[in-house]
Amino acid sequence: MEVIFKYIVFLPLVGFLIAGMFGRKIGDRMSQLLTASLVTIAAVLSWVAFKNVAFGGEKYAVHVLSWVTSGDLSFNWAFKIDTLTAVMLVVVNTVSALVHWYSMGYMHEDPDKPRFFAYLSLFTFAMLMLVTSDNLVQMFFGWEGVGLASYLLIGFWFKKPSANAAAIKAFVVNRVGDFGFALGIYAVFMLTGSVMFDDIFARAGEFQNYSINFLGHDYHALTVICLLLFVGAMGKSAQLGLHTWLPDAMEGPTPVSALIHAATMVTAGVFLVARFSPVFEFSPTALHVVTIVGASTAFFAATVGLVQNDIKRVIAYSTCSQLGYMFLALGLSAYGAAIFHLFTHAFFKALLFLGAGSVIHAMHHEQDMRNMGGLWRKIPFTAGVMFVGNLAITGFPYLSGYFSKDMIIEAAYASHSAGAQYGFVLAVAAAFMTSFYSWRLWIMTFAGPGTRADHHTFDHAHEGPWTMRIPLLVLTVGAIAAGGYFAASFIGHDRFDFWNGALMTHVDDVMDHAHHVPAGVKWAPFVVMVLGAALAAWFYQRKTDLPQRTAEMWDGLYAFLLNKWYFDELYNFLFVRPAFWLGRTFWKRGDEQTIDGFGPNGVSALVAGIAARARKLQSGYVYHYAFAMIIGLAGLVTWFMASGSGH
Amino acid sequence: MIFLQNYLLSLMMLVPMIGAFFILIIRHQDKEIEKRNIRSVALLATLATFALSCLLWAGFDNADAGFQFTENYAWIGDTVRYNIGVDGISMLFVVLTAFLMPIVVLGSWESVETRVKEYMIAFLLLETLMIGVFCALDIFLFYVFFEGGLIPMYLLIGVWGGVNRIYASFKFFLYTLLGSVLMLVAILYMYMETGTTDIPLLMTHHFAPSVQTWLWLAFFASFAVKMPMWPVHTWLPDAHVQAPTGGSVILAGVLLKMGGYGFLRFSLPMFPDASQDFAWLIFALSIIAVVYTSLVALVQEDIKKLIAYSSVAHMGFVTIGIFVFNANGIEGAIFTMLSHGVVSGALFLCVGVIYDRLHTREIKRYGGLSVNMKIYATIFVILSMASVGLPGTSGFVGEFLVLNGSFAYNSWVSFGAATGVILGAAYMLYLVRRLVFGELDKDDVKAMPDLSLREKIIFAPLIAAVFWMGIYPNSFLDPVHASVEKLISTHFAVVKHAAPAPAEMQGEHAAPAHAEHEAH
Repeated sequence: MEVIFKYIVFLPLVGFLIAGMFGRKIGDRMSQLLTASLVTIAAVLSWVAFKNVAFGGEKYAVHVLSWVTSGDLSFNWAFKIDTLTAVMLVVVNTVSALVHWYSMGYMHEDPDKPRFFAYLSLFTFAMLMLVTSDNLVQMFFGWEGVGLASYLLIGFWFKKPSANAAAIKAFVVNRVGDFGFALGIYAVFMLTGSVMFDDIFARAGEFQNYSINFLGHDYHALTVICLLLFVGAMGKSAQLGLHTWLPDAMEGPTPVSALIHAATMVTAGVFLVARFSPVFEFSPTALHVVTIVGASTAFFAATVGLVQNDIKRVIAYSTCSQLGYMFLALGLSAYGAAIFHLFTHAFFKALLFLGAGSVIHAMHHEQDMRNMGGLWRKIPFTAGVMFVGNLAITGFPYLSGYFSKDMIIEAAYASHSAGAQYGFVLAVAAAFMTSFYSWRLWIMTFAGPGTRADHHTFDHAHEGPWTMRIPLLVLTVGAIAAGGYFAASFIGHDRFDFWNGALMTHVDDVMDHAHHVPAGVKWAPFVVMVLGAALAAWFYQRKTDLPQRTAEMWDGLYAFLLNKWYFDELYNFLFVRPAFWLGRTFWKRGDEQTIDGFGPNGVSALVAGIAARARKLQSGYVYHYAFAMIIGLAGLVTWFMASGSGH
Repeated sequence: MIFLQNYLLSLMMLVPMIGAFFILIIRHQDKEIEKRNIRSVALLATLATFALSCLLWAGFDNADAGFQFTENYAWIGDTVRYNIGVDGISMLFVVLTAFLMPIVVLGSWESVETRVKEYMIAFLLLETLMIGVFCALDIFLFYVFFEGGLIPMYLLIGVWGGVNRIYASFKFFLYTLLGSVLMLVAILYMYMETGTTDIPLLMTHHFAPSVQTWLWLAFFASFAVKMPMWPVHTWLPDAHVQAPTGGSVILAGVLLKMGGYGFLRFSLPMFPDASQDFAWLIFALSIIAVVYTSLVALVQEDIKKLIAYSSVAHMGFVTIGIFVFNANGIEGAIFTMLSHGVVSGALFLCVGVIYDRLHTREIKRYGGLSVNMKIYATIFVILSMASVGLPGTSGFVGEFLVLNGSFAYNSWVSFGAATGVILGAAYMLYLVRRLVFGELDKDDVKAMPDLSLREKIIFAPLIAAVFWMGIYPNSFLDPVHASVEKLISTHFAVVKHAAPAPAEMQGEHAAPAHAEHEAH
């Protein structure tokens, strides 16, 4: 059994290497088929592993290669396979395989296909390394590896300045998060003397009353560690404050957005916190912070999503918002619910993104929803699957989002932990907005008798080839059924057997309490979903001048939302421009004027004055002086030592 | 084999000199054939030296913390001896030097057309001297190699350099002279006090703390310039910009490592008390260097200057690692130096490749190279990632170990230095964007061909090294452990109390001692 995990992880790497190095030799077709097939094999094996691990109660430790040994620090390239990892394997490889096949259709006209598929496989490999790691450093390898793949794929169309800017922004903002993650690793090592998960978790309890010195102050050790790691999670999962890269990342090809910026990479932060749940359990403060940040992000991103006009950006903010839900769940110690939402979200969000890709494909790279409408007549299949995707994300009963999202909202109500009520209120508000912007998107894109698109584009709109439609179909099945089918295992009565210690699970925990909340709370998500959908229909179907009038009436608020709460402007002002200004100042004023001015140039001016008198000796070549000087010194020393030896 | 065992290091120093001698006597009527022969001999000599360095590595006993492959003969009087040998700290620097030389010779194959003979002789002499620096076990011998190595470098910059080569070599000279004079005075003092110039003996001598302070400062002056540390770094950008490609590779790849090596070989073992007392100074200067030069790198318009400034930032990590006095820090520092030798050397070669084609180092004259120079662009991106310390590449391991070691010592240091990780990504990716991405719209850039076979051969071993060091760094860490462990346990066990509390816990497995119980 161990060996199949090596296949699961390394087959995508093989695909990457072959397509990356020999892509032009073996041709487009071969590169595509090879990478897609290898990832598909990995996906099938992942489901086998999932069954074995999650429902067979198995755990595996797979050693690959030793990595670093230095002093007391030692870690390997090795896999730790438990249910949490198995869930992630299934999510990552399934979505990745579907996206590989989908991309064959979507990227049909692109001249650089081997490179694209190589990057997709590279991403898959890095993500697998992240989720299978048995230690923090390999996880960091995967963490930065997916960052690299994300950078390369966002900037895939490298001739576009906006794509380049977005790629750099993604990498650098993620590095801010990684800065925290790395410091977290060092703190873990300092406290526990190990970076291996098993060591850390087994002994976390021992350290619950310890404090460490961080930046001159003593703090509760486990809180410091959790918060530092959480900074990393915030960067990767685009949480409020470090979210600015995610909307811009939509510059990448749409299949990339579906795979990386919706279903898998951005959930790495959720995975990290869930993986560290045995440690977070000891730090109520850290959980409180996670709750607040998660709920705030869910709310913030939903508000911005209300007014965006780019079809991909709406979904990007939606992703950001749903990730907020996951963190909210983590903060409430409802780890199973967080991972369950991650699991169902992967299906319906990938579906929505690939559906949006299908629209963009049909509309010849038009992404502005103001230039769409009425498309259901041209691409009914896409309209249909996105309709299902909307039902799933808004939590329509018995579709997958219903099980996972409602659980989070109910858990927030039931929980007595700090910030839970704040989380509950914002989560319900965000659910309302989710419904509104999701249906706004669908109506603006597909509904209506007429269209706002230009006729040429509209007339030529058509469904993608089967390679695009089949993945959509598979994801639709997932969006419908994944929730109901797995709810009992992830968050229900079977969850103790299912997780089998991979997550912190308690009897009588917040998820149990969630089943006993008042009926009003249980109905709240459903009610706001209906209200949101109705309002969207009212605004965009019935009274189509209403959006315009509302925007004018509330122009300040509208501009605030449209400009994404001015985060980009703020960061530009606070960080980007000062960095360049400081760089220039240090260079011109510091190095050239001060250091060189008083240093070498000043001295040389002085020397030049003296040297004018000794011009006879001047040959004009500096190295002559140098040579003479060294020889002179060497001679002097030789004489000194030879004559003085034995004194 | 016994002969080789006994004389390996001398042989490594001799082979380049023999090569230089043959080049000296090469004469041919056809100047082209003469140049080709000169280049071939130089390549052969450096390859032979590299082969010997592989034997050195293979024959090196990782478990032995002391000096190996030692040779010891009387030289000047009774005291100054030709005493050489390597330990875990120096061995890999010898290998690095020998590894980079054939690449440099091959890299200069077509770009240097004037005075080929002198150029190659200068490089071969430089190789002998550089190997000598890392092998010398006599402090005077060390000084001769250390300073002597500067002469060929002056020549390389002054003769084959760019427009402002005289200014650059002057600056280089002035800085290094200042440092080395002070170091010489210190060496003389040490000799007078102890009556020996033997490095292993000097390591066991305990200088009075007040004396240590002065000696430490004198050595510091020399090594800080060499590293270079802020604020004595300003010679480096100029030297790099003016130096020919090969000169830059060696400057960044090997010469910058001599400062770090010097700290490890002299400052730490010989002046342990002063090293502890001045650690704060090192940290302050290093963190300033990391932040300051990273920001300066961000606004550079000249490719070589940008990479030169990035070198200063990377060397900041090295000095931090050395002065946290624990295994992670020191091994991380050594690893960072090795990695930087490969990566920045390769980056300068990358600059050379496009400079040979367009004869400008101005960033904005390029753009869109991914279109017409696909292999080049790939290599450049890989090297950039290694430079920003992406895990899986060589750049990560050293940085990680240094920061891990420094966190245990003082989280402020780790925190300050780690900001360089963010800034490093910013300036490097900004460079990548302007150089290889974007629209290919300039006609002369469009005409640039992708890498030739020779250029591919140059980069192949460098890229292989980047990944090898990143994926299986233990190959490079295993030889280092014993010597570093000895360095720490011999010199820092006694003065441990002087370190801030958290550092005390490093060495021990009883890590929980790091944190104190607190009534919560």
